Amino acid sequence: MIPAPLSLKNPQAVDEAAVPVLPIPAFRDAVLLAVKEGARLSAFFGRLINGKQVKVYALLAHDETGECAAIGTMVQDSYPSLTPECPQAHWFERELAEQFAIKPAGHPWLKPLRHHRNYRGASDLWPGQDAASPIPGSYPFFHVKGSEIHEVAVGPVHAGIIEPGHFRFQCHGERVLHLEIQLGYQHRGIERMLAGGLSQRMSVLAESIAGDTVIGHALAFCEVMESLGGCQISPRAQALRGIALELERLANHVGDLGALGTDVGFLPAAAYFGRLRGECLNLLMELTGSRYGRSFLRAGGVLHDLSGVLLVDFEKRMKRAQKELRTFARMLFDTPSVIDRFEGTGMLTEQVSEELGLVGPAARACGSHRDIRHDHPSGIYQFAHLPMMTADTGDVHARALIRWLEAERSLEFLLEQLTSLPEGELRVPCPQMKADSVAFSMVEGWRGEIVHVVMTDAKGGIARYKIVDPSFHNWMGLAMALRNGEISDFPLCNKSFNLSYAGHDL
Amino acid sequence: MSVIPLLLSLGLALVCPPLLLGVIHKTKAILTGRVGAPVLQPYYDLWKLLQKGAVYSRTTSWVFRAGPLVSPAAFLTAALFVPLTTPSALLSFWGDVVLWAYLIGVARFITVLAALDTGSSFEGMGASREVTFASLAEPALFVALAVIAKVTGSVQLSEMFGPVLGQAWRTAGPALALAAASFFLVLLAENARMPVDDPTTHLELTMIHEVMVLDHSGPDFAFILYGSALKLFLFSVLLVRLLVPVHIGVVWLDLVIVVAGLLGLAVLIGIVESSMARLRLIRVPQLLVTSGVLAAVGLLLVWR
Repeated sequence: MIPAPLSLKNPQAVDEAAVPVLPIPAFRDAVLLAVKEGARLSAFFGRLINGKQVKVYALLAHDETGECAAIGTMVQDSYPSLTPECPQAHWFERELAEQFAIKPAGHPWLKPLRHHRNYRGASDLWPGQDAASPIPGSYPFFHVKGSEIHEVAVGPVHAGIIEPGHFRFQCHGERVLHLEIQLGYQHRGIERMLAGGLSQRMSVLAESIAGDTVIGHALAFCEVMESLGGCQISPRAQALRGIALELERLANHVGDLGALGTDVGFLPAAAYFGRLRGECLNLLMELTGSRYGRSFLRAGGVLHDLSGVLLVDFEKRMKRAQKELRTFARMLFDTPSVIDRFEGTGMLTEQVSEELGLVGPAARACGSHRDIRHDHPSGIYQFAHLPMMTADTGDVHARALIRWLEAERSLEFLLEQLTSLPEGELRVPCPQMKADSVAFSMVEGWRGEIVHVVMTDAKGGIARYKIVDPSFHNWMGLAMALRNGEISDFPLCNKSFNLSYAGHDL
Repeated sequence: MSVIPLLLSLGLALVCPPLLLGVIHKTKAILTGRVGAPVLQPYYDLWKLLQKGAVYSRTTSWVFRAGPLVSPAAFLTAALFVPLTTPSALLSFWGDVVLWAYLIGVARFITVLAALDTGSSFEGMGASREVTFASLAEPALFVALAVIAKVTGSVQLSEMFGPVLGQAWRTAGPALALAAASFFLVLLAENARMPVDDPTTHLELTMIHEVMVLDHSGPDFAFILYGSALKLFLFSVLLVRLLVPVHIGVVWLDLVIVVAGLLGLAVLIGIVESSMARLRLIRVPQLLVTSGVLAAVGLLLVWR
């Protein structure tokens, strides 16, 4: 009889042996069945066993029940690909193929994601990759043929001060027939650095996964470490973590609204939202000592407190920010020329969102109901509920609207927390991690679901650290949103997703 | 006719253009709550670029190098026909309005060729957009000029925008107002201003004019920037002369009025740019056709 997948709650650590190991066909059927029944593939990754074999794990999130399920299987060199029946697996399988040189047979578009040598020491799946440092992007792209078709290649070096990524458009006139996105230029090998790691350095590394999601990733890191050590942090530390996470969300959402204004050439929005973003970052700085929230979260709690004069000041400034946000957003959303640019641009249907397994505001803008704070709450979110904001048009307008509404909800949450900060120790010691265990945590960062999975070896050291940034799920969504759109709308569409290159490339 | 007013207005035409850009930038800065760059910043930029070296791609030919020379030269020649005051165009002949319009066309032609010469997909895209929109802006421009030609009975720029125009406002005001509105839209489109093109963007995929000159650098780029400023100046002078057809007779007073009108127009452009988003690229033709229709209605009013 086939064992049922192991049921888990976010965040949780269990004995690694408790994760059922299925034969490949049964594993495949179990994943496909779960996804068909509405589960999402939150993580899908491999771990090297005895230096030869690869154990593949799938973490499935059931949003309705608030539970997650884990199953595993052993793979030698090849297994039948899941992607043809489950598009959510597309990038996960490419990542797996690249990291461990195991072939998902029947994968429709098998290319490297980041272009590095595999971890198994086997021969790489892509010939010509024998150079010491393979170059991302040096392989064939999808082509549309025809005398009137033209190809536009953008990046990896861009005109603005943004991260590197390559975008290959197949166009007919101004119309985009196909967009292929190639990343990997920022691959730093963070997962492997975290695996061997010194404990002091690990928190700093976790904060560097994506520079604009410091709090989000650090929180996921802390929660996974705490669940492995069986550490219970104080209510005050939980509340302060929530405040930092919502401030980060607020700063980024507000900044994005301004950037959307810039991209359509609407200067007032760019200027006012830009200033308001600065104010949010300043609040984060006064709480954490860093405008981007570095060195605030550590396993066991937080490093700084919020009290006294600062508390009063925070409340005053947040009330003002609340008023300003409403004024600025009304100005942006009441300008007809702006609405004309936003509406109907970069449309994604709910069906595409579900099939690709999009997360975060991009998914909620398509009408997909998913928000870790709501579905799989941890920390302060178990006690304080934020209403989930959704829209249904799936265009740039919907994605902008979601940002505004979420920023408002975050401010309400922040003001509520400030007036009722619980007591408790800032930081408690975090015990030694359990050996031979697996733990995971999920955090709703401002871009969406952040997943960290950690596996310990027999000595209690970290054997495998897996990170899934929300961008990993959503880049494909951007490519789909551009189909049959106009190439001149790409920057606007891109900004409405605002995905992370570093978070994807790891 | 004295030479001094002619030289004076030529001097103004040579020196003033970057100032208009400076005023537009300052207006935009003030309206969005910023201090902004100094009004003279465009001059500093030109000076800086002139001192730099230029980089040329190996795939380009002489066409690429000719672009930055021919286009400002065409605009400078066109400037000789534009009357800053009355009567003060350096060159003038019956029908020079057609030459003027096509000198602008020559500049566009060589800029497009230079862009195509790079072989870059961006520049090709920009060139395609530029000629598409120009083919719609040109009829609008000619119909608007035809309205003025009809009411003034002349096809010579210095007479069309001369003292007769002032009297024509009394008899054919509505038609001239429509022509002016049409001309303003053409001015925005031709000079890569909002809502047609966003001159401040760094996003190649959305650009029209800017993307065609991406590969030019140093002094070449300075010439291009100066040329664009001059083009804006030429269109602005004609629009100001159309809207403020004051003719006092004292040269310096007339020049002061024109310069004040130019600065006012620059502020107006700044206000337009700060108060609305850019149009979707597919809507630009609609705007240009609107401009053509406005001018055509004006022409109908005076057609008898």
